[in-house]
Amino acid sequence: MLQQKHLLGLEGYPREDIQAIIDTAFNFREVLDRPIKKVPSLQGITIVNLFFENSTRTRISFELAQKRLSADTVNFSASSSSLKKGESFKDTVQNIEAMKIDAVVMRHPASGAPRHLTEFIDAVVINAGDGTHEHPTQAILDMMTLYEKFGKIKGLKVGIIGDISHSRVALSNIYGLISMGAEVILCGPAHLIPPYITDLGVKINYNLDEVLEWADALNVLRVQNERMGVGLIPSIREYRALFGITEERLEKHAKEIVIMHPGPMNRGVEIDSAVADSDQAIILDQVLNGVASRMAILYLLLGGKYEDKDIK
Amino acid sequence: MKISSQPEKVLFQNGEILDPVKKTIKPGGVLVIDGKIADTGRIETPDDAKVFDCKNLMITHGFCDLHVHFREPGREDKETLQTGSRAAMAGGFTRVCAMPNTNPPLDSPEAVSFIQEKSGSCPVHIHPIGAVSKGQRGKDLTEMGLMKDMGAVAFSDDGLPIQDGSVMRRALEYATMLDVPIINHAEDECLRAEGVMNESVVSNHLGLPGNPAVAESTMVHRDLELSELTGAKLHVPHVSTVDAIDYINGMKSKNSKVTAEVTPHHLYFNHEALSFFNTHLKVAPPIRSENDRQALVAAVKDGTIDCIATDHAPHTIQDKETTFDLAAFGMIGLESCFGVVKKVLVDDASLDLISLISMMTVKPRNIMGFDSDLFKKGAAAELVVFDPNESWTFHRRNVYSRSINSPFYGKDLSGRVKCTISKGQWTHN
Repeated sequence: MLQQKHLLGLEGYPREDIQAIIDTAFNFREVLDRPIKKVPSLQGITIVNLFFENSTRTRISFELAQKRLSADTVNFSASSSSLKKGESFKDTVQNIEAMKIDAVVMRHPASGAPRHLTEFIDAVVINAGDGTHEHPTQAILDMMTLYEKFGKIKGLKVGIIGDISHSRVALSNIYGLISMGAEVILCGPAHLIPPYITDLGVKINYNLDEVLEWADALNVLRVQNERMGVGLIPSIREYRALFGITEERLEKHAKEIVIMHPGPMNRGVEIDSAVADSDQAIILDQVLNGVASRMAILYLLLGGKYEDKDIK
Repeated sequence: MKISSQPEKVLFQNGEILDPVKKTIKPGGVLVIDGKIADTGRIETPDDAKVFDCKNLMITHGFCDLHVHFREPGREDKETLQTGSRAAMAGGFTRVCAMPNTNPPLDSPEAVSFIQEKSGSCPVHIHPIGAVSKGQRGKDLTEMGLMKDMGAVAFSDDGLPIQDGSVMRRALEYATMLDVPIINHAEDECLRAEGVMNESVVSNHLGLPGNPAVAESTMVHRDLELSELTGAKLHVPHVSTVDAIDYINGMKSKNSKVTAEVTPHHLYFNHEALSFFNTHLKVAPPIRSENDRQALVAAVKDGTIDCIATDHAPHTIQDKETTFDLAAFGMIGLESCFGVVKKVLVDDASLDLISLISMMTVKPRNIMGFDSDLFKKGAAAELVVFDPNESWTFHRRNVYSRSINSPFYGKDLSGRVKCTISKGQWTHN
């Protein structure tokens, strides 16, 4: 089904496989609208959700996707783990695998941790966000949502707004969107856009109004509170003046731009409350598509070998 | 490889003698009696001598490495003076300078004398480098005079760059009195920040914080200016960037007290090799771009860089078998050094062999003021016999260090050490 055993990131990920995941995800979207939102596709499959970093929506989204597919799931978070007792990462994951599991969904604060994990275990590894590296399932759900809205990705003009340097969402979106034929402009404080990033096929524009004039859709990144007022971002009002998606700013442009946000939002910082709640924001569609996308990914990586009539 | 006492009378016969002082390669042999050079050149084989046949092999000075970490005292689980010496012998090194970032650091005459005493029985000569500042904290100068008397040959806070320019200036001024080099690991810690690899398109791909080239080059520039101001000897370790090379080259034309070294790994790899989070390539300064790598090779050829130094930095398996952000910086390098630099510099970049050997023998010895005319009759034998042409693949079994953190496993190398002779000992299979 998919060419790679794991989903570690979208760098170099086969274009046709991204398309296959999105197509399958639309089939699962339909399941989510049924009164009984459950199919038996992954019955007997055991998945461990390993979260070494806090997460609410990604963890819930994965867990729901697993339950909708009838998989058995176990949750593990760093705070409840033996890591606090000084056990190494290697020992922890090898112990978990020794209990006969089929897949690991992992979030980890270190870039590269999922690849590191594949060196120790045979189970399928799905990256749920690693450091400032990749968050491939987020990018896939973002692309699915764009697909739903526009009916295509090729040729779309997408602006990614905010702190690119520290964003795994941005990097996975760049790989995915460029691979699928979209145009991407990055817009954010110059020191939060990494040098050499244009080598990935994107453009940079520091002028948000020009980007708004150009774009079909925006992916607005969360401003990390810990970067606010500590030298990286001088103040909230400065950030809003330059990069905030405000009502006034949108009113200046005689076009409807689709607005996405990976969440959680800082209302009144990177995005106005009224914009977030407006029709042009498709943020809650992203959340629903997140479950469908993750069902598709799990299904294609773990259960796709069986013909399953229930999802058609 | 085993290390044992040399026979009383041993003749390295039928080889070619590469003399890096006279810059000649001549057929002949070297006779060693009681651990001293008795004769060189065309020699009749004495009846009572053990003969080591050097057909197709070369005989030259034992290699000298100005930059190793032997971890003793404090981290004997990574390396000791004895295990480090074995790694050195395996790589053809007979003389090494040990960096002071031990635990406790070599920041007192007592600590220096500990190394002197413990290394007496080691098969290679180990020279301690003293810390510049107490506790390597970059503030208060150490007792450099007393430490020099105990055997410290240079001063460095290696691993911990001296951030404060006035401390660096005072250290250089103080060192002029003692006529010893100051070696400063040049990295601006503020510019380096959390960087764990070269800031580049590859660090973007991996989502790893980048360490920019300017973190090195700006501090090299500062140190060069301070060296000119003070007239002190400055040795720049493990140069990694094209800009640092340009600055060193510029300063050398007016200041003869500046010297520089490069490591085999910065000459061999570029940052593309890190593409899969290979922690064995996590090193400080980081492996840079291909452009930087080529500039390093060119700087070796044009003389901007004076010598090869391994920065042999042993770490445990658990220090390296972890995520990239947590992995320790550094790699071992003594055993693979010659095969790597012979391949990269001589085979691939057509440096002549005598120049390469000179960068591993005469030139580093001259920087430290060690005796460098080792074929002189009566000199204590510090020799290496090597095959300049053998192609071989580097393997775990070639490592004699207590640690195994090398990125060179499976790499095809060119040129191989066959026998190392040092302090009355020699290596054999």
